[in-house]
Amino acid sequence: MYHGYNEGVMPQTGALYCKGLVKKYADVTAVDGLDLQVERGECFGLLGPNGAGKTTTIEILEGLLAPDAGEVAVLGCRWSDDGAALRPRLGIQLQETQLADKLTVAETLRLFRSFYPAGPSVDELLETMELTAKRNAWVSKLSGGQKQRLSVACALVGQPELLFLDEPTTGLDPQSRRQLWEVLERFRQAGGTILMTTHYMDEAHALCDRVGIMDRGKLIALGTPRELVATLGAEHMIEFAIDAGRGPGDAELRALPGARDVRVTNGSFAIATSELHLTVPALLDALGRHHATLSQLSTHSATLEDVFVTLTGRQLRDE
Amino acid sequence: MSRPLSPPEPAGLGRAAGEARHPLLELTLARFREFLREPEAVFWVFAFPLIMTCALGIAFRARGTEPVIVGVGEQPGADLIVSSLEQATGFTIRRVPASEVDRAVRDGRAPVVVIPGTPPAYRFDEARAESQVARLAVDQALQRAAGRQDAFAAIQQPVQTVGSRYIDWLVPGLLGMNIMGTGLWGVGFSIVQARTKKLLKRLVATPMSKAHYLLAQVLSRLIFLAMETTVIVGFAWIAFDVKVQGALWSLAVLALAGALSFGGLGLLIASRARTIEAVSGLMNLVMLPMWVLSGVFFASSNFPDAVQPLIHGLPLTALNDGLRAVINEGRPLTALAPELAVMTAWGVIPFGLSLKLFRWQ
Repeated sequence: MYHGYNEGVMPQTGALYCKGLVKKYADVTAVDGLDLQVERGECFGLLGPNGAGKTTTIEILEGLLAPDAGEVAVLGCRWSDDGAALRPRLGIQLQETQLADKLTVAETLRLFRSFYPAGPSVDELLETMELTAKRNAWVSKLSGGQKQRLSVACALVGQPELLFLDEPTTGLDPQSRRQLWEVLERFRQAGGTILMTTHYMDEAHALCDRVGIMDRGKLIALGTPRELVATLGAEHMIEFAIDAGRGPGDAELRALPGARDVRVTNGSFAIATSELHLTVPALLDALGRHHATLSQLSTHSATLEDVFVTLTGRQLRDE
Repeated sequence: MSRPLSPPEPAGLGRAAGEARHPLLELTLARFREFLREPEAVFWVFAFPLIMTCALGIAFRARGTEPVIVGVGEQPGADLIVSSLEQATGFTIRRVPASEVDRAVRDGRAPVVVIPGTPPAYRFDEARAESQVARLAVDQALQRAAGRQDAFAAIQQPVQTVGSRYIDWLVPGLLGMNIMGTGLWGVGFSIVQARTKKLLKRLVATPMSKAHYLLAQVLSRLIFLAMETTVIVGFAWIAFDVKVQGALWSLAVLALAGALSFGGLGLLIASRARTIEAVSGLMNLVMLPMWVLSGVFFASSNFPDAVQPLIHGLPLTALNDGLRAVINEGRPLTALAPELAVMTAWGVIPFGLSLKLFRWQ
């Protein structure tokens, strides 16, 4: 099952390492030959649409699922050899966990704290997660944001070296998200390593040193958010749609000054450009020549979302 | 090693040891708190058996020497029969129209009906003890009225033994039934709920010992057990004068063995079920036969000899037999080794199996 990788090759220093990871369910290949390496102190984001295999990947790394093939090392240890010793060094937050409704916040934290040999006190955690006012409230009475903070608090309770977060801010209001980001930022400043999944591009931009974009079980891009956006060769995106009728052709759009890439999805056009101030007037001229009427026109700075669309031809969140 | 979220070292060191308690204790406490905060569960454990005891205690209260109900068929000669029975004491007489005689016997209005004639006829239900007793009483009264002389007059010595009323017999059975019900539900329900909420999965992502988790489910039962046993036994004593003849600690040991046995069984039932519906079905499948077979409301000796070994191998039979031996007969624990062995086996083997079979995700 180790696919010819001998132990000597396995890096002992990295926080996470996996090679040739495969996981199949019945007729679906959820993870299809994934290679990944995360350094200590790094915040790494796995991005991708729903069903891309992010959760399966993170659960294999967490030792909750066994891969069908491939090699995994977490903090230099293998699950099969050192699983029991590894657990106390990790903090894990799962996507769908509902904590016990009728325990209070403090009781829940004390329970989780009791499983770990070391870690911050319950009071400290409450303070860090801004839950002190809710310490005696039942979990069922918490808001979505408070529940999520408690869930992350339970992951931090053992003073982990490596934190796994699966969609930690999904469904949260903007303020709750920012609160959580601050906590994660502090964790990282203290030297912690984070592996997180998200489908929020702004979250990846704000938190992650590097991101890997996953699609259909494979890693299709890897780098810092800045590097990935730079692969577009353009800092701006122009999106427009025209009323039925003749518009400029693909080749004509590509020939516009500054245009780097052109993409047509569902009748709307996207042009990646490095020189917005040249491309837009030229585009309007071209449309005029064809007597085409604009029904929509917008521009924005290129994001990871555009990287995904460019790589796959699909939107990230077409769920 | 990095120490995120940790204050400067000296403050961080001593505190960790001071605050964190043993995980087994925390898990047990958590389960106990969850139970106490669930009003429905509290009702089933405490109020339900008390209501049952009350209702059955009143329905089957000792009747002393109640009159025998006898029916007399409405046809020529009925008046003579009625006056004969009225002279003998202890009968409640009901006249029954000729067309309704058999129905009166069947629905219990009159366990026996006398059909006047020479000689008279008795219509009764052979399968019911009450009916048989009434027939004998009526026959004696009518024979004497017709002039029969008794060969001798036996000396009557009614005995009032301790713990011989139906309520005395019933209370240990209800206690056993309650220990079974709360043991199975208390353990099984919460586990399946934690599984469907993915809480089990979250817990195995921590360094928590799986055996600790399972053990805590069974242990938390012991706290309720002490409370429910006290409540039921105490109530039966105050309301119906049901006394524990044996040692209280024997009762405690039996209840403990019973709770562990049903806790283990509950764990096994819940070890793979994914939904509350599935686990409810399994629980009922396990509990219903024991309600019938294990002597809760009527003695299990009513069943044929061939199935007795099977019945005695059931944990509820062992618990009920043991509880009756201690509560009603005051027997010592040493006499109950077989019952204790059966319960221990039902606790240990399912616990071991569920450690192997348990589905954590």
